[in-house]
Amino acid sequence: MQSSSQGLAPTAAAALERGLACNLDDVIMTVGLSKTFPGGIRAVESLNLTVAAGEIFGLLGPNGAGKTTTVGMLSTRVIPTAGEACVGGVDIVAEPALAKQAIGVVAQSNTLDRSLTVWENLYFHCRYFGADKAAARARADELLAQFHLADRARADVATLSGGMAQRLMVARGIAHRPHILFLDEPTAGLDPQSRLALWEILHGLHGEGLTVLLTTHYMEEADQLCDRVAIMDHGRILALDTPRGLKASVGADTIARVATTGDPAAFAAALAAGLGDGARTETGDGAVTVFLKGADGVVPRIVALADAGGFAITDLSVSEPTLETVFIALTGKELRE
Amino acid sequence: MSAVADHLATRRAMGFRPSRGASLAAFWALLLRDLRVLRKTIVVFAIRTVMQPLLLVFVFTYVFPKIGQGVGGSSSSEAAFSTLLMAGVVGTSMIFQGVQAVALPLVQEFGYTREIEDRVMAPLPVWGVAVEKIAAGAVQALIAGLVVFPLAAVIPATPVHLHVHWLFLLTIAPIAAVLSAALGLTMGTRVKPQQVPLLFAIVVLPITFLGAVYYPWASLAPIRWLQIVVLVNPLVYMCEGFRLALTSGVVHMPIWAIYAGMIAFTVVLSWVGIDGFRRRVLS
Repeated sequence: MQSSSQGLAPTAAAALERGLACNLDDVIMTVGLSKTFPGGIRAVESLNLTVAAGEIFGLLGPNGAGKTTTVGMLSTRVIPTAGEACVGGVDIVAEPALAKQAIGVVAQSNTLDRSLTVWENLYFHCRYFGADKAAARARADELLAQFHLADRARADVATLSGGMAQRLMVARGIAHRPHILFLDEPTAGLDPQSRLALWEILHGLHGEGLTVLLTTHYMEEADQLCDRVAIMDHGRILALDTPRGLKASVGADTIARVATTGDPAAFAAALAAGLGDGARTETGDGAVTVFLKGADGVVPRIVALADAGGFAITDLSVSEPTLETVFIALTGKELRE
Repeated sequence: MSAVADHLATRRAMGFRPSRGASLAAFWALLLRDLRVLRKTIVVFAIRTVMQPLLLVFVFTYVFPKIGQGVGGSSSSEAAFSTLLMAGVVGTSMIFQGVQAVALPLVQEFGYTREIEDRVMAPLPVWGVAVEKIAAGAVQALIAGLVVFPLAAVIPATPVHLHVHWLFLLTIAPIAAVLSAALGLTMGTRVKPQQVPLLFAIVVLPITFLGAVYYPWASLAPIRWLQIVVLVNPLVYMCEGFRLALTSGVVHMPIWAIYAGMIAFTVVLSWVGIDGFRRRVLS
């Protein structure tokens, strides 16, 4: 962990000479990144990711999918058991202290410094990252204004509401102008209003060119905020694309869910035969789900087919595919179970 | 090496600061943060620091002689007792405050919200954050020693015969301070956060009661086994060291043994504490 006067650790010099390509254009790059915890729990398996500058990248998956471990590795707190990763062009294993200069983190829990005031949290954070007194003061003031916390500057952080604490954590995360901001489940436990406010903030930061990697198990969040989304489950990436691309991968633009009296399997067969080639059916929970291309006239056609087969419809809904649909298609289970 | 040079140039252009400079700046800022917190809680700190030695000195060296229940009997040995207790009180206060200053905040930082995860994102190696904890604790231990010093000199009913050996004092005091904080880091990282307060009962109390505070180590000779057992207590070396540094004519351990004991405990406890810190923070 000794660094040379040039600021490059000997291990990193060796890594460079080994030919590890930390591409400086990719803000995040991982190759075969894996983490097996003691006891053999494989939290992340062979993750290959590239996140470009200015992207909002989402890791979407249920609890236990390996999202937090991934963020932990990329922010140097979890040591990978295999593979390599670069953040901001720096090898996170060889030079964690240097990599931290490029990283801002908003953790899942409230990690604000409870011995300090709101303002001091920002001020000292800037000082940790090398700002002098005047610069740290100015930045703390600026951020408090930007995040609408100026009237709470001298407050104890324990007195902040959940939404305010979260805003302060984001403000602190970007205070040192990192290349990338990690947000681990940033809206979990927030009320809807605070969630929307946070989304707005993230849109704003995106507009300023900040790269953001966020984890979430809310598919709306991934859909609304992210340029690209990786769907994770059991430590692996199952699919990676833009939200639009992921939804298109379902192979349908209309999804109808029909509950009827009678045998769902028989009704599914009737629908598949009656709706023609493009339609695919699934049964589950006593209902039939139909994936179709083209929404025109779907409802009357389904009703007609039900009547013809002697099924009485008890419930019918038509929707577009969501990331939830994609997740169910990939894993056979729902995101929030 | 030109590839390396290119890489470094690009990094500078991207706004990276050299690791060493950034680490030192972060270290210093963490220390400033701890001192700010100390300043905010100075009243609590003062009470915590002063109460124990105040009572100790008051009862043993003021009340006892006044009521004729002198420790040692004759007035000349009472005076000697006040003098030798002075070193013990300084040593006890330092170890008590050094341990508290490091171990207690760790209970909160390692607690269920894991505040520590933010502190370790500062751009320095994780072991650097641990070293900063020791440094901040050492500063508080030194302040505690300084605060207690006048108490132990002024309150006793019998005269305290101070004889300061500056060379010894200026070396023993900083080592004692670091040793105390390193013990705090070891305690704070090697047991579960919620068990730390328990440690005060099962570690700190025995250390202070059997730390050659009230008597010179040499006078334990009649209880040979105890004299040997207490050698595992770092406070023994600290108190003997302060006896060496502050008094004349009071028997103390050989100088080499005092320094060797203090330095050995400092090195071992620092290593165990820093390693424990890394294990708690990294996974």
